[in-house]
Amino acid sequence: MGNSLYWEQFKRSFAIVKKNIRIYYSKGPVVIFGLLVPFFLFLSFYIGRNMPAEALVPGMLGMTAFFTATSVGPAIVPWEARAKTLERLISSPISIWAIFLGDVLSSFLFGALVSVFPVIVSLFIGVEISNPLILGLGIILGTFCFASFSILLSAYPPTDTPAGVMMLSSMVKFPLVFISGIFIPIEQLPLWGKTISSISPLTYFTDLARYSLQGVSYYPIELDLIALVAFTIVFLVTAVKVHERTMQKRL
Amino acid sequence: MLTGVIKPDKGTASIFGYDILREGLKTRQLMGIVPEMANAYVDLSAWNNLMLIGELYGVPKKHRPERASKLLEEFGLYERRKHLVRSFSRGMKQKLLLCMALISEPQILFLDEPTLGLDVESQRLVKDMIREFSKNGTTVFLTTHNMAEANQLCDRIAIINHGKIAAIDSPEKLRLRSSGLQSIEVSFDKAVNVEDLSKFQGVKEAKKAGDKIRLYVDEPSVVLDKLVDFARSKRLEIVSLNTLAPTLEDVFLKLVRES
Repeated sequence: MGNSLYWEQFKRSFAIVKKNIRIYYSKGPVVIFGLLVPFFLFLSFYIGRNMPAEALVPGMLGMTAFFTATSVGPAIVPWEARAKTLERLISSPISIWAIFLGDVLSSFLFGALVSVFPVIVSLFIGVEISNPLILGLGIILGTFCFASFSILLSAYPPTDTPAGVMMLSSMVKFPLVFISGIFIPIEQLPLWGKTISSISPLTYFTDLARYSLQGVSYYPIELDLIALVAFTIVFLVTAVKVHERTMQKRL
Repeated sequence: MLTGVIKPDKGTASIFGYDILREGLKTRQLMGIVPEMANAYVDLSAWNNLMLIGELYGVPKKHRPERASKLLEEFGLYERRKHLVRSFSRGMKQKLLLCMALISEPQILFLDEPTLGLDVESQRLVKDMIREFSKNGTTVFLTTHNMAEANQLCDRIAIINHGKIAAIDSPEKLRLRSSGLQSIEVSFDKAVNVEDLSKFQGVKEAKKAGDKIRLYVDEPSVVLDKLVDFARSKRLEIVSLNTLAPTLEDVFLKLVRES
């Protein structure tokens, strides 16, 4: 495939982005759900614990970015398989990787935009952002990583039942939140807890957010950034490969 | 398989010289497809569906609105272009699918039951368009269970049974192959026992078809004389008498049974 063909495919993935935004992301309930779930999860844990706002915001930001960027992504492919629109996409001159890149980009845009809200709220309540550049970079890398994770969640088993995929993805997503240093800082975890938390991409995002707001991090920020990029590549490549193999079973 | 939806387990196929597996993107770029299942995005408007497909096929941005408007006008959907496809009738969805297949101005069209669910006027419109595309050099692949439609629109017909081609030829040649399926259709002014007619020499099968009787014969001329004699002897009046060439439906059934 020549460079121009890759560029052409990349451009076509934006058609998928526009389609996804119009069909899935512009719906009020999706936006509200993306904001409310992390907000209430967060409140239920922190209420009455008398912690400073600087310590609360990174966790809130981590949950918002994670839940919004993974909220719709897993349901798109099974949904479209059921509606027989997936067949339409597969028979169009667009590669499978470009279709999924479109799905990832739309999840990323949604996650990144909604993640701005907790940042704005934190500014209103007087939280100082000590490193806005790292925070911005972290939000971009983190939400892209979570968006890639979201398409991996729908890769296997190849089903056309969105509810089944959403249940499965919840079973993976919720435990990840609890091991990623959101509710309990990583340094307070026992050794086994630290080991488990290191396999979650959310750990590195939360660590970056903590550094941006409080100026302290558990891992070196270079490691956080590299880990997010590495997780993204692994999720993207694995998801595209698995989807390519299982696509026939969905049609 | 040719449209890239199903992967072949063996063999090769090429479209305009491009291998469907190795150069799938190039072959799909040349195609317009109307699948049997209505699969436009029901949560998008007709217009946005067309813009999406136009973009997926790399139709230049400046040409997309112009082509979409023209197609929607031709198919009588222009006034409903901003409405969600969810609110469309089956026939309207089918017309939109045709518009979506045509927006890239394809060199080859795959149409799976394109007139299914359409009213008589729309069916005629679609058939006229298919003839027009064929005349202008577009290859049209039509999948249909409607033998009359295949007969009217196709230069070559492949009859597929259990995934294998049972016969492939022009409609007339297919009919000529089945000389044993020639028939005579006769009706009398009074009821006649079909069994009596089936005993005539040269009659392979006799069937009642409404107020008529259809006789499947090898040589119509031999049986015609006998029918006239039969009517005289029984004092019957022949209301109508026609010799019929086999229909494609007859050919299809014969081939399917044979295979």
